[in-house]
Amino acid sequence: MSSILEQRKNQVYEKGSTGFDLACEQKSLAGSVSQRACVFCGSRVVLYPIADALHLVHGPIGCAAYTWDIRGALSSGPQLHRLSFSTDLQEMEVIYGGEQKLYRALVELIDWHHPNAAFVYSTCIVGIIGDDVESVCKRVSAEKGIPVLPVHSEGFKGTKKDGYKAACDALMRLIGTGDTAGISPVSINILGEFNLAGESWIIKDYYRRMGVDVVSVLTGDGRVSDIRRAHGARLNVVQCSGSMTHLAKQMQERYGIPFIRVSYFGIEDTAKALYDVADFFADPVLREKTQDLVRGEIKQVYPQLQTYRQALSGKRAAIYVGGAFKLFSLLKALDMIGIRTVLAGSQTGNAEDYARLQAACAEGTIIVDDSNPVELAKFVQEKSVNLLIGGVKERPIAYKLGVGFCDHNHERKIALAGFVGMVNFAKEVYATVMSPVWNLPKTVGKQVRHENT
Amino acid sequence: MLLRHTPKEIVERSALTVNPAKTCQPIGAMYAALGIHKCLPHSHGSQGCCAYHRSALTRHYKEPVMAGTSSFTEGASVFGGQANLLEAIQNIFTIYQPDVIAVHTTCLSETIGDDISQITGKAQEEGKIPAGKYVIRASTPSYVGSHVTGFANMVKGMVEVFSGASDEKEDQINVIPGFVEPSDMAEVKRITREMGIQAVAFPDTSEVLNTPQTGRYEMYPKGGTTIPELKSTGRSRHTLALGQLASGPAAKLLDAKCKVPCTLLNLPIGLRNTDIFIETLRQVTGASVPEALRLERGQLLDVITDMHQYFYGKKVALAGDPDHLVALTQFLKDLDMDVRHVLTGTPGKKFVNRIAEITGPNVNAYEAKDMLYFHQLIKNEPVDLILGNTYAKYIARDEDIPLVRTGFPIYDRIGHQYFPLFGYQGGLRFLERILNALMDRQDRDAPEETFELVM
Repeated sequence: MSSILEQRKNQVYEKGSTGFDLACEQKSLAGSVSQRACVFCGSRVVLYPIADALHLVHGPIGCAAYTWDIRGALSSGPQLHRLSFSTDLQEMEVIYGGEQKLYRALVELIDWHHPNAAFVYSTCIVGIIGDDVESVCKRVSAEKGIPVLPVHSEGFKGTKKDGYKAACDALMRLIGTGDTAGISPVSINILGEFNLAGESWIIKDYYRRMGVDVVSVLTGDGRVSDIRRAHGARLNVVQCSGSMTHLAKQMQERYGIPFIRVSYFGIEDTAKALYDVADFFADPVLREKTQDLVRGEIKQVYPQLQTYRQALSGKRAAIYVGGAFKLFSLLKALDMIGIRTVLAGSQTGNAEDYARLQAACAEGTIIVDDSNPVELAKFVQEKSVNLLIGGVKERPIAYKLGVGFCDHNHERKIALAGFVGMVNFAKEVYATVMSPVWNLPKTVGKQVRHENT
Repeated sequence: MLLRHTPKEIVERSALTVNPAKTCQPIGAMYAALGIHKCLPHSHGSQGCCAYHRSALTRHYKEPVMAGTSSFTEGASVFGGQANLLEAIQNIFTIYQPDVIAVHTTCLSETIGDDISQITGKAQEEGKIPAGKYVIRASTPSYVGSHVTGFANMVKGMVEVFSGASDEKEDQINVIPGFVEPSDMAEVKRITREMGIQAVAFPDTSEVLNTPQTGRYEMYPKGGTTIPELKSTGRSRHTLALGQLASGPAAKLLDAKCKVPCTLLNLPIGLRNTDIFIETLRQVTGASVPEALRLERGQLLDVITDMHQYFYGKKVALAGDPDHLVALTQFLKDLDMDVRHVLTGTPGKKFVNRIAEITGPNVNAYEAKDMLYFHQLIKNEPVDLILGNTYAKYIARDEDIPLVRTGFPIYDRIGHQYFPLFGYQGGLRFLERILNALMDRQDRDAPEETFELVM
């Protein structure tokens, strides 16, 4: 398997070795066992949490089947987003076109659910057979009186990142169509926060306590009516920059709304996010409220974190995630609980991300782009890693190697955002890293003592 | 009430599928390919397809699942994917060093007209396939059939490439276990071994997708049908194809191509279908049924008779894949249960007749329908028990009906990897699970005065 690593030497870097020039933003080699996904996947995960909209996947059944309720993006109300809607294109439609079927499916769905908006996702095949999804959407929109938004997410038209962009473009068509009357001058939109395990609720609560009005969350626990008036907010606060910076930039251009980038992962970053928002509004009262909130929260969680830190001190972690932005927060958060990061990588990071990552990492840390299971397994073993942080495809690899795992992707069940999220994270890491199950292979067997020997 | 939107009244939909009861062909092809030793499945399409299939299989098996992809871009979609596939074949053999690459197509590559037979032929001509290594292929457009037909097509692809005709027959038979769990494939091998029969089971995902924890990561685990075994299938005396839809096409091709006669059987689930499987094994090989299997049979029969009063008249709704549903319906019918609704997302008109032949006409059997429809059937005629995959849990919860997880995918429980549904012992465990579900419900709902200690 040494050839696997040979081929990828430009996408692997060990801090301390000379000449940092990581090749990234490249297409995966044809035939590579990549952990990456497609354009459709990117669009689907970004828009999925909008709970009172229809999400109709236009294409053969697979794309709808694999994205049926796989993201723990919670809704406080409607659960419509958790159903799977598809046009289930068949051979005849592939030959003669799927526009008629799309039209009928949309009408059937809208008459049934009376949603506030509908998103229509184009899959690979729609791009090939040339269905005019745009005009079908326009027609249905006119007939039914709701926004029907095409999402240009044909799988082959780029990477997952292009899918984020297509989703942002669809959102842009919704933003600006609602009434902004009554929106407070101290108001924000939260971008790139998907309410996994209820994280948006934690963050919204902080802002509420600070006295900042949250106009909309894009897209966690999202509602169409909130998104339509998002242009009334004074500031866009962007998390998960990979997915939503595009939207923030467009909103800045069109509506003059400035944006800041934040992360709500880890104590340091959460505090900074809240302070940055307070500073933007340059209001001493707001600043004071924020300070009280941050101090109160830290006072609560700090002692708990210290306990975990003592137990976890000196353990080693490997991180392999989708977007690079998460990496920086994870590095800091792990550091806070005494864990050293020895491998960091992402599926889709760009040159700027990796340069920053390189600066943030300790000597000897391995940095990888678009990695594969063989390579990950090799480094996890070589670097004596105790914890792998990744997504669904990485989990069983960690377990096979006898290493703890923490899901920092769609399948996480525990809120990791905010101050309380940091405690949850520490607890989850503790539970897996310190689990006695990793010692079982070594201990059982030694315990057998034969009499008379 | 997650499915609060489900109306009781059934309105036939002309264009819309809600909550599918199937998925697309390529994932079946990928799963089948994993049943060859040292094989890397390859998805000829966009990167997303491959990522989704790997994720889905990983969620179902809790195992790493490896597969390559042609990583289609806009260029490939305009000019054809030949260059991508040729490059992929070369890269995979140099980098990942499998013995076999199993290429399946996707809706994208099919629609742009890629001919993978021609492309793999070209790869051969250009020397991109090293000596002793193989590329097999299956055409699996997502807009035809379902994951089950995708599986069947890849198994057929194995026969196309590996099985050679020969007048010299070997003293062995083939068993094609179908789109079933690694545990079921292992059970097929155990039964033939118990009977002293030399059998090639293919594909065989046991010890590929239920591997032990060793502290090592193996890209190619120990299990899987080997190349010599696959090559020998053309010299076998007979083929038993379990499951008409998943295994039939490969068995028929073996017959046509290599003159290996075949018998198409139901999946050996439950007493009757296991009897038929073992009796057929006995007839085609002349082997006798050993005491060990007779004992297992007797024990299954014993539990059936001991508990028959708990099964009688219980209404059951089943959703899943055709081969499984046919065999399960037979088993439930033999237990005197009342099979009310049987539904598959996989298209194929024959299915409805096959179910009705077992149950009689008083049944709601449907092909090419979705889980919304299944839910509506249950709303209109409630049942005591649901058999289905993980997605049936929404219905089970909303309607407060016990669910016994069967079929694919199962994302929220373990067991299917390790405990077979096949054979007498599989039947016994299945009965245990059904009884537990029914009896737990009875215990939960019983008024104090009739809450029973002994059941």
